Amino acid sequence: MSNNQQSVVTDKNNGVEESILQVRNLHKRFDISRGFLDSLQLKGGKISRKREYVHAINGVNLEVYKGEALCVVGESGCGKSTVARTIMGLLKPSEGEISFKGQRIDNLSNSQMLPFRRKMQMIFQNPYASLNPRKTITETLEEPVKFHNPRFSAAQVKDKVAEVMLSVGVDPNWGVRFPHEFSGGQRQRISIARALTVEPEFIVADEPISALDVSIQAQVLNLMMDTQQERNLTYLFITHDLAVVEHFGTRVAVMYLGTVCELAATKTLFSTPKHPYTQALMSAIPRLDAKNTAHIKLTGEVPTPINLPSGCVFHGRCPHANERCKIQIPALIVQNDGSQVACHAIEENRL
Amino acid sequence: MSFLEVKNLEVSFNLRGKSLKALQNISFDLERGERLGIVGESGAGKSVAAFAILNLISRPGKITAGEVLLDGQDLSKLSPQEMRKIRGNKVSMIFQDPMMTLNPVFTIGTQMIECLKAHRKISKSNAVKIAIQKLKLVQIPSPEMRMNQYPHELSGGMKQRIIIAIALLMDPALIIADEPTTALDVTIQAEIMALLLDLCESNNVALILITHDLGVVSQVTQKTIVMYAGRIIEQGPTNEIINDAQHPYTQGLINALPQQTLPGEKLNQIRGSMPSLQDIPSGCSFNPRCDFVLDICTKQRPEFTQSGGCSVACHMVKAMKDAEKGHSAYE
Repeated sequence: MSNNQQSVVTDKNNGVEESILQVRNLHKRFDISRGFLDSLQLKGGKISRKREYVHAINGVNLEVYKGEALCVVGESGCGKSTVARTIMGLLKPSEGEISFKGQRIDNLSNSQMLPFRRKMQMIFQNPYASLNPRKTITETLEEPVKFHNPRFSAAQVKDKVAEVMLSVGVDPNWGVRFPHEFSGGQRQRISIARALTVEPEFIVADEPISALDVSIQAQVLNLMMDTQQERNLTYLFITHDLAVVEHFGTRVAVMYLGTVCELAATKTLFSTPKHPYTQALMSAIPRLDAKNTAHIKLTGEVPTPINLPSGCVFHGRCPHANERCKIQIPALIVQNDGSQVACHAIEENRL
Repeated sequence: MSFLEVKNLEVSFNLRGKSLKALQNISFDLERGERLGIVGESGAGKSVAAFAILNLISRPGKITAGEVLLDGQDLSKLSPQEMRKIRGNKVSMIFQDPMMTLNPVFTIGTQMIECLKAHRKISKSNAVKIAIQKLKLVQIPSPEMRMNQYPHELSGGMKQRIIIAIALLMDPALIIADEPTTALDVTIQAEIMALLLDLCESNNVALILITHDLGVVSQVTQKTIVMYAGRIIEQGPTNEIINDAQHPYTQGLINALPQQTLPGEKLNQIRGSMPSLQDIPSGCSFNPRCDFVLDICTKQRPEFTQSGGCSVACHMVKAMKDAEKGHSAYE
């Protein structure tokens, strides 16, 4: 597995890529067992305790290179947000390692984590919920600056906040206002500004534009692309909107039920999607040229992550599944064009 | 006479003694079995329009002018009792968020039977039969079991299917769907839209689809209305609007879609944002965001100009049409 991970090929021409974040064999389980007495069970004359887990992430390997935008796509419930939160240290992984610039960060204490929080920031999905309604914009933006730069004078803090507000296109004079006085797009700009105030190198954006209108989506995406160039940022971009991915992503990881089923450069993925799930996702994008009724219909729903299917997690909905798919879990295998696909059918050349 | 005729509909909201017009001068008609899309950004008045058709505007809002004629009957003048007989019966509505639409403390079956019993005298066993038949229609696996389940036991896509099944219970002639797939994933969205389209086609049901996704509109509807700041700014056949939009706002909406730009390039955006109802710009309400402003745009509200099959409220389009006419007059 890790061998595959090392040999990732990207479509950039500048030779060796510098890795900024590495995720190795990440697992996250949430315990949903009931209370102690409820979970006791009589089995074969013995009392045992039954535990139930939601298997949110099951062995994810990812590597994020400096300056790129790695997009993670998948349906709701596939674990993409859990991956983001675990990387940010908001959740502790059940198994696996996360390292930032070669340093392991998943086992650090809160105080040891502090210097990394400066370098890694997060933008959340809903700008209505992620800004404190009782604080003015200036208060919201000044807090991280003061916290991470205790030596800054009041004037320095103010300058920093004004600079960041200008760079995201929000008038610094509006700082005295409260979040409810802004529209959704402006609020998301302020959320982005908050992430930028501590000058991070790496930003995790969890569906930052899903709650916005089409025209506002374009504004926010343009802003994110501009800041990426100006500040040499690296993004991990979580979304379920493939049309946005095609535009924004350097590489794409497609997730299904807690596993990565395809990882490829954006161009490769969109010209030749390989995994049957990726193909189905692609065909579902509503396009303007109306006559694309060749939509691949997936039967059934995403299975529950409490009782994971055996073998390939996708086999229940896959039109190409055979006996092997029901038993054996497919590994990510590097293809000729550099993409990685976890599918037995492709390995066996059935597809 | 058309099946549904909306004429000069106007809705106002009272805000501290001031009256804000959320909808103005909305007119369109719809035949049986026809599908209409209403698009626009949030705040354009799309949802208010849908609510106004069903007479669901509640205080401080009010329908202040115009009429909604369904088969010749003006819905906006009906008493709440009479209106209740029409909602869920002749016209049903599908709301945006399936998690919020179903009552969490009743089973699916109870909610479906309640709807049937409210509209006709029917025995419980018959009601169950009809409910199960409708659940089958929306392709829900093992419908008998679902009848006894609670909403939280179902996924989002499944819930939206059940809401469509409830909307279909009384075989309505018109379905109003307010952003039915916005809360759902792409794959589920494609399934639900295909299902809705299929049901409308096979049962000759008219559909009003409210969305901000032009991709969805282009695949489902025959006619499209584009709204901005409470007014219709362009309406006509969907394929004409998608392929040859006249109004700069419609063009902006279409160009803002990521698929309209090459990957990696800057997306086309419409600058600024929708004005608040409290300070709508004078003249054409789109003029502060428009790239083609003429002098007249800030002074006078544009009238509708016919352009192909579409009518467009834009001074620039009118000027161009006039120039064409003048040109041909000289020839």
